[in-house]
Amino acid sequence: MCESSISWLRWGLTVTHRFLPILSLLASIVLSPGVAQAQTTPQPPDTMAARVLACASCHGAEGEGTSDVYFPRLAGKPAGYLYNQLVAFREGRRKYPPMNYLLDFLPDPYLKQMAEHFASLRPPFPPPAPPTVSKEILARGESLAVNGDPQRGVPPCASCHGSTFGGMEPAIPGLLGLRAAYISAQLGGWRYGTRTAAAPDCMQIVAGLLSEDDVKAVAAYLSSRPAPTDPSFAKHGSLPMPLACGSQPN
Amino acid sequence: MPRTLKALLPAFLASLLLAGAPPASAQDAALIAKGEYLARAGDCIACHTAREGKTFAGGLPMKTPFGTLYTSNITPDPQTGIGTWTSDQFFQMMHNGRFPDGGLVYPAMPFASYTKVTREDSDAIYAYLRSVPPVKQRNREHDLKFPFNNRSLILGWRTLFFKEGVYKPDPTKSADWNRGAYLVEGLGHCGMCHTAINALGGSSESQAFEGGLIPMQNWYAPSLTSNKEAGLGDWTIEEISDYLRKGVSVRGAVYGPMAEVVYNSLQYLNDDDTRAMAVYLKSLAQGTSPDKPAAPLPSAENSLLMSLGKQIYDRECASCHGAEGLGMPPHYPPLAGNQSIQMASAVNAIRMVLNGGYPPGTAGNPMPYGMPPFAHRMSDDEVAAVVTYIRTSWGNRGAAVSARQANELRAATLN
Repeated sequence: MCESSISWLRWGLTVTHRFLPILSLLASIVLSPGVAQAQTTPQPPDTMAARVLACASCHGAEGEGTSDVYFPRLAGKPAGYLYNQLVAFREGRRKYPPMNYLLDFLPDPYLKQMAEHFASLRPPFPPPAPPTVSKEILARGESLAVNGDPQRGVPPCASCHGSTFGGMEPAIPGLLGLRAAYISAQLGGWRYGTRTAAAPDCMQIVAGLLSEDDVKAVAAYLSSRPAPTDPSFAKHGSLPMPLACGSQPN
Repeated sequence: MPRTLKALLPAFLASLLLAGAPPASAQDAALIAKGEYLARAGDCIACHTAREGKTFAGGLPMKTPFGTLYTSNITPDPQTGIGTWTSDQFFQMMHNGRFPDGGLVYPAMPFASYTKVTREDSDAIYAYLRSVPPVKQRNREHDLKFPFNNRSLILGWRTLFFKEGVYKPDPTKSADWNRGAYLVEGLGHCGMCHTAINALGGSSESQAFEGGLIPMQNWYAPSLTSNKEAGLGDWTIEEISDYLRKGVSVRGAVYGPMAEVVYNSLQYLNDDDTRAMAVYLKSLAQGTSPDKPAAPLPSAENSLLMSLGKQIYDRECASCHGAEGLGMPPHYPPLAGNQSIQMASAVNAIRMVLNGGYPPGTAGNPMPYGMPPFAHRMSDDEVAAVVTYIRTSWGNRGAAVSARQANELRAATLN
């Protein structure tokens, strides 16, 4: 009884389906005054900038960052890097509940467009914050960033992020324009597993080699650097990369 | 047409040869496709796939007030999945909430809804699940608190809250209505959230679709029967269909747990089924439209709250939602007359201000516009003021919100 009525229902639906083009044509004629009216309703601009306004309250309308030291600049980072972060937040591999929540139900192609949008922006860099640490600590940070610590196997930041720390295409971020608090929080996140990247997770290895003092020094040094004169990234493959990184396959 | 068929024939034959194994008959392929569609309607994937996990291999933690459940592997792997199950045993699970050995299934699996699914549809889902790649992944033990780790307690739950039985069409209603009821009450398992859950974790039939706070998630699933909440009596079929399938409509957009349902399930339903659900949901609405707005309370405290609220609204919200709360539908939802803002529970409105949100990216709305979070920029008093302003302006008839309510939701689980 039940199954037969369902199959009747199916038959009815199939018939409707076959006549759907005609029905929809009729409907469009009947509804056209309504459609015209709908078009006059004010609509938001059909732009990425309007679509990513949700990001602006923390990252700035142009991805330049805001006064909150924990919210990073997004503008001008390589699109591949930004895309990897968006996916990592959506999947919970990078943990920050407000970001995890916002991205939960956004599909890959849209995240890619968001990444490309912020990668294409070049708002001015903020003036570097005056360092709050001693000259010795800054010098130690510079040494780590430029030369690493070969005895302990710590590679220099510059070996992957470039000698001007501008990043490398497609997925290695620039390190300038970020605040010390953000940089040290990210290195801490890698050490404690709240931030992870595709395996092999090279930054987890690097962060694991650093002491608390190393983190403080390198964060202080990088955040004291002035804006880059050339905002472009290093070309893919142009830097030595001493470690294999899952997010930047060679 | 014949020419096209002729052109396709060699490719078809080649595919037969390449397949090696005897090809599934066209009938099987149709059954599997039907099963895939119905599995979408049942949203199996949302629970039975862990984040970045293998599809249908389970392992997703589900936090409940009774402890954490881990979903099971429903791929056809014979050792760790359901590869040895027969279609009878699969139907027994769907229809009666029992494992092949007779053991009782925890009611987090919505068998109290799936019991309405016909044998024919259950068999199609079974055929589809047999066709997905098998994954060897052992089920993780549930982590439930005493006494809920005792499965025999489920017997009590079943006595109180479980009524076995396939959906029976109502001959006095249209075919659309019956199809919609079958989907909403059965595979859609809408009642799991939209019916209040009591302290025993059960949904009372007498309160079906009357709304409730979703445990652990701190989102309020509005009543589908009251026009004062999300009752859809005043909505057109097209508006309801847009809401269900695209995730946005001129009346409002989906966020929170409903965004997940649209993202994983409803966006894949065809025109006919979406329409059928809309017809049924619209019919659930009872009573009249919301009453005329009550005059705002003329207390000094409230007028202070309102003037602060208006100030914040004009500064932070009006650029998208308009000075009069009209929004730019569907992408910037209207706030004036929006039922979800005026409900007795202010949870959803407060959470939207604190956490913002994106509607799901769907085929019908692939690049949704997002609402920014304000948790880091507004104090509890400011959140209370602006939510109170939105709930009581432009004819809206919600009640005022306190700073304490806003503060409590700052700690709500986000995902």
